[in-house]
Amino acid sequence: MNNKPVISVSAANKIFNVGSDEAVIALKDINLEIQPGEFVSFIGPSGCGKSTLLRLIANLTEPTNGTVVVNGKSPQEARLNREYGFVFQAATLYEWRTIKKNVQLPLEIMGYAPEEREQRAQKMLEMVELGRFGNHYPGQLSGGMQQRASIARALAFEPPLLLMDEPFGALDEFTRDRMNMELLRIWRQTQTTVLFVTHSIAEAVFLSTRVVVMSARPGRIKDVIDIDLPHPRLFETRESEAYYGYVTAVRESLRDAFQAEIE
Amino acid sequence: MVANTNSKGVERLRYYLPTIVVAVAVLAVWELLVRLFNIQQFLLPKPSSIVTSLISEWPVIAPRIFFTTRSAVGGFVMGTAVGILMAFITARFVSLREAMMPFAIAANSVPIIALSPIMFNWFGPLNPFSWMVIVSVMVFFPVLINTVRGLTEVQPEALELMRSYAASPLKVLLSLRVPNALPYLFSALRVASVLSMIGAIVADFFGAERNTLGKYVTQEAAVLRFANTWAAILVASLIGIALYTFVLLVERWITPWSNGQEV
Ligand SMILES: Nc1ncnc2c1ncn2[C@@H]1O[C@H](COP(=O)(O)OP(=O)(O)OP(=O)(O)O)[C@@H](O)[C@H]1O
Ligand SMILES: [Mg+2]
Repeated sequence: MNNKPVISVSAANKIFNVGSDEAVIALKDINLEIQPGEFVSFIGPSGCGKSTLLRLIANLTEPTNGTVVVNGKSPQEARLNREYGFVFQAATLYEWRTIKKNVQLPLEIMGYAPEEREQRAQKMLEMVELGRFGNHYPGQLSGGMQQRASIARALAFEPPLLLMDEPFGALDEFTRDRMNMELLRIWRQTQTTVLFVTHSIAEAVFLSTRVVVMSARPGRIKDVIDIDLPHPRLFETRESEAYYGYVTAVRESLRDAFQAEIE
Repeated sequence: MVANTNSKGVERLRYYLPTIVVAVAVLAVWELLVRLFNIQQFLLPKPSSIVTSLISEWPVIAPRIFFTTRSAVGGFVMGTAVGILMAFITARFVSLREAMMPFAIAANSVPIIALSPIMFNWFGPLNPFSWMVIVSVMVFFPVLINTVRGLTEVQPEALELMRSYAASPLKVLLSLRVPNALPYLFSALRVASVLSMIGAIVADFFGAERNTLGKYVTQEAAVLRFANTWAAILVASLIGIALYTFVLLVERWITPWSNGQEV
């Protein structure tokens, strides 16, 4: 493994509607470095700029100032090279495609052969427990099932970097636990770098190597907490003393973040 | 759920039953009122006399069906083709769209049928093409407006997904904009199928060709044979319903994901 960071954000600001009365400072003075193979979670009050930060990295929006570097390149170059997979906060499936065809979409665009597309899509769908729903249309699936299909779609082309915006928000707790284990397994196996937005403290601590706590108005990084729990993470991990320690640390940091907002 | 063909047939029947009951009831009340109050034939003929007229006049009416239906179908196809073509061009260029769409929407609310005499003047009072142009102008605007909407009113997230895959503009057009536009297009085509029959009949009124359904309507009304007039109207309605049903079936076939209600 090389030690060049996968992502390096320095002195980045993002202001929406610059110069108008409705100007919003979504991100202020963000500095962040993420190493290859890390699993970094972002947590913070609604509107603190978690989605915006992911979108900056994905080149779906531009920073107002500051720099963002992805794999040593500009975010645009990284995007054109298809170096990341993005799981959007909403499932964003194409309603005219069956679930299987939705999962195949990136493979189609990237020129995979039809048999390989078929194979990979089926494998991914089975992994998110939708193996039998390949021929359904998105409108026939529940919100949680749609969300899982969109995860299968992001994983289908095995991107070296995964940007996930509240991917498990619409899932029930049990499915969520299973999806967490799956995600960890893929992360270990493929050594992808994962950036993961969540509102769940427990999920953030359980999954991550680092948790980034953000505060709102303006969106800033408040704390970065290293999670030194052993890998692989198991169900027992959640019962360990150390785990509770980290959960408490993140909760306290978050409480301050919310407090700052109320005042 | 046991879904054998038999119970499906019963299901179907149950679905259409209210419509059938209402239709039969209306006809029965109509027949009864005309008989009871001894309403004059030229004011409102009985359904039974309309049917009798249709049977006795069929040799006169049948040959006229061809001309009028050809005008409706030809104009429908022409207007749709030109509408779709213009929609692609209009949707492609933002400035053109902003300049054209208000005009198109205004034109759509003008009673275009009033232009008929001008069309006959341009293309000849006996030329079947004149009829088709009149119909196609009526069809053109709803098709243009709806297709442009469908091509451009794409969910921002759906576009961002394509952007995250660095998809080519052609791929975005074919895999996102076009399928997104299909339900919009079909909702316009359903309206257009009805409009095209109306357009063809009214064009018949103004055109010099005598062998048409529209001319038969006016000619029989002029000599007070209103049961014959009603019979021709019945035939025209049935053709209109057939066109509409055809569009509906094609829609079900091409856009199986959409139940054709929205937009
Ligand atoms: N396109 C936009 N135009 C204007 N303001 C925007 C835009 N996108 C985001 N914002 C603003 O930027 C701030 C951060 O938004 P963002 O979506 O990044 O928050 P978030 O942390 O993802 O919130 P949530 O947890 O609710 O998803 C918010 O105040 C939001 O109103
Ligand atoms: Mg968000």
